[in-house]
Amino acid sequence: MAVKSPAIRSMKHEDFKDNAYIDSLVEELNATGANVVVGKLDQLINWGRANSLWPLCFGTSCCAIEFMCLGAARYDMARYGAEVARNSPRQADYIMVQGTIVHRMAPVLRRLYEQLAEPRYVIACGGCAVSGGPFKNSYCVLPGVDKILPVDVYIPGCPPRPEAMFYGLMQLQRKIKVQKFFGGANRKEKIDEFFAKHSSEVGKY
Amino acid sequence: MANIQEKISKICPSVTFEEGETLLVSVPEKDWRMLAVALKENADLNFDVLTALIGMDWKDSLGVIYYFTSTARNWEMLSVKVAVEDREKPMIHTVSDLWKVANFQEREVYDFYGIEFIGHPDMRRFFLRNDWVGYPLRKDYDANPDLNPIRMEDEENEDDSHTLVEMPDGSIKRVETKVFAPEDYVVNIGPQHPSTHGVMRFRAAIDGETVTKVDVVSGYIHRGIEKLSEGMTYPQTLHFTDRMDYMSAHMNRHCLCMCIEKALGLEVPKRAQVIRVMMDELMRISSHLLAFGCTSMDMGATTCFFYGFREREMVLDIFEKTCGARMSMNYNVIGGVIADLHPDFVKDVKALIEVMPKALKEYHKVFSGNVIAKNRMVGVGMLSKEDAINYDITGPSGRGSNWSCDTRKKHPYSAYPDVQFEEVLEEGCDSYARYMVRMREIEESVKILEQLVDNIPEGEIRAQVPKIVKLPAGRWYQQVEASRGAFGVYIESTGEKTPYRLHFQSPCFNLVGVMDLTCRGNMIADLIVIGAALDFVIPDIDR
Repeated sequence: MAVKSPAIRSMKHEDFKDNAYIDSLVEELNATGANVVVGKLDQLINWGRANSLWPLCFGTSCCAIEFMCLGAARYDMARYGAEVARNSPRQADYIMVQGTIVHRMAPVLRRLYEQLAEPRYVIACGGCAVSGGPFKNSYCVLPGVDKILPVDVYIPGCPPRPEAMFYGLMQLQRKIKVQKFFGGANRKEKIDEFFAKHSSEVGKY
Repeated sequence: MANIQEKISKICPSVTFEEGETLLVSVPEKDWRMLAVALKENADLNFDVLTALIGMDWKDSLGVIYYFTSTARNWEMLSVKVAVEDREKPMIHTVSDLWKVANFQEREVYDFYGIEFIGHPDMRRFFLRNDWVGYPLRKDYDANPDLNPIRMEDEENEDDSHTLVEMPDGSIKRVETKVFAPEDYVVNIGPQHPSTHGVMRFRAAIDGETVTKVDVVSGYIHRGIEKLSEGMTYPQTLHFTDRMDYMSAHMNRHCLCMCIEKALGLEVPKRAQVIRVMMDELMRISSHLLAFGCTSMDMGATTCFFYGFREREMVLDIFEKTCGARMSMNYNVIGGVIADLHPDFVKDVKALIEVMPKALKEYHKVFSGNVIAKNRMVGVGMLSKEDAINYDITGPSGRGSNWSCDTRKKHPYSAYPDVQFEEVLEEGCDSYARYMVRMREIEESVKILEQLVDNIPEGEIRAQVPKIVKLPAGRWYQQVEASRGAFGVYIESTGEKTPYRLHFQSPCFNLVGVMDLTCRGNMIADLIVIGAALDFVIPDIDR
């Protein structure tokens, strides 16, 4: 049976531009088929998880101010159930890295990531978090947080507009909504793999 | 100036003078301490403000350039150059006991150039990890990433410090010291903390609930902008200024542009000057609105945050229409501005002028007169006028201590001489006074906008600028009044396309220097309020 495109009722496939990634993810997850009962349970859990994404307040520079605009009345992040910005990683679902990460901050960021409860996600927001941005060539700037963390969504911009941040947030919601937590791909294993692969690379940059 | 030359050479005959934008006094290191004391304490010289302290590497020697200002003598400026030839163990006498602002600035120079200051009480690195290899702003710095890889192990808390003591026989002795005493109970705040307004880290020693000492640990967003600038052409360096203090992006960029224009001898068209001033004032309004929102939110009044951001969005809309971005506008360029005003600009600014006074009334009703807000801010974080001058606390925080220090009045620039506005001063010397200065400054900014909005002259928006910008050899220092105080740019050029040294003297760097002084004796919970009222922006400190 051919794999259907992800049926997320509230977020239609054709409303988004970048679908290749989500299609391949669905294909991979559905390769072994899904149990009806477990599949329905998954959908219910994902519905809850995707609509109450609590971010960790982690802004190092300019993007953090735009993130504050997101929380204010005009853009109103509450529409996505994501307005509960937490100050402790223990209570947050994802970390939105806003701003440059420098050498001194790198171990702190990794520690914060490790303190997030599973399932945890990372959004790299803004040019600096994506690739080091205008400070890429500096002696103490990390060329992108994907060198030390597994990133789920990249949002380019300097700083990204609030609309762009919402687009990124919705991409993360889509990703969560097609995921399987029972019997499917084990995220934790993948993250351990990431760290094993990158531990040798980290020293290079 | 000739007068000053005479006086200085009488005190210290070994100095040499160099005429330039400001008088440059070169003094040998052995006489520097004597001259420094005279500059501060001699009634004829009376340089009471240390405006900038800039580390330098001239390849054959290392050294420091100091910029002094005398508030008593019409804000006259003087620069002093101290150089040492020893590259292995360069040492210069400290001035941190005379001008307290030098405390952190000398640590910055130590961090970047490895120059140790004799008599400095706490000689630690400031921005970089203490296991960093080399001094990055030296011209012969080895940027090999193998020497300084990304270290993923946690940093040790640096409690060890040292100080260099000069013995009576002239020899220098290194004395190991500790930051905190063994009996101190130390609470760590940050670097990831919502109320430090960025990634600042404080270590506070407390006795019960009373703060006895605050140790500032900075560098969690140090991006090495000054070193990066040395490898870029002048137009390329401009974009960094928008990303330092992002809440005074226009002012910072205005300052760097003015410094380059001054060196080139460029005349900026009148229209561009007026546009720049209007953008600066809009930026100031947006910055103070954010400060209002965040100060109140830090105290738990979350609603005010929404009020402040409601009006701030109006300013951002104006920026977006003309500059094409809500933040990091990249609007000023060398010689003028990059694009002409949007047709809606005048209409939008007028709408803002109409809304702001009503909004301010609402803020005062909701928050300023609130008994909780007053209890948390009045009498908290006292900073006397003398301390404000000694620590060079400019901007709203300095004016909250009744120090008249507005660069727009003291060194008028651009279109500011043509507009009428009042310099806001408060006598409270506490957090509430700083907060009130900000609120009243919004009114003054609106007043400036009112005067200019119907009088934007016609004409060019940019002067003719050579395709390749090459500055003649020399040094220049330019100051503007940014949202948080006097922002300075120092350029030293050797006649190349790229600056030999580009230094940003940020107001927030000085603000964080008084955290220890203002928090001592207050409750630990007040540390957040004091920090919010000082309103520092961390990327401006770290650069």
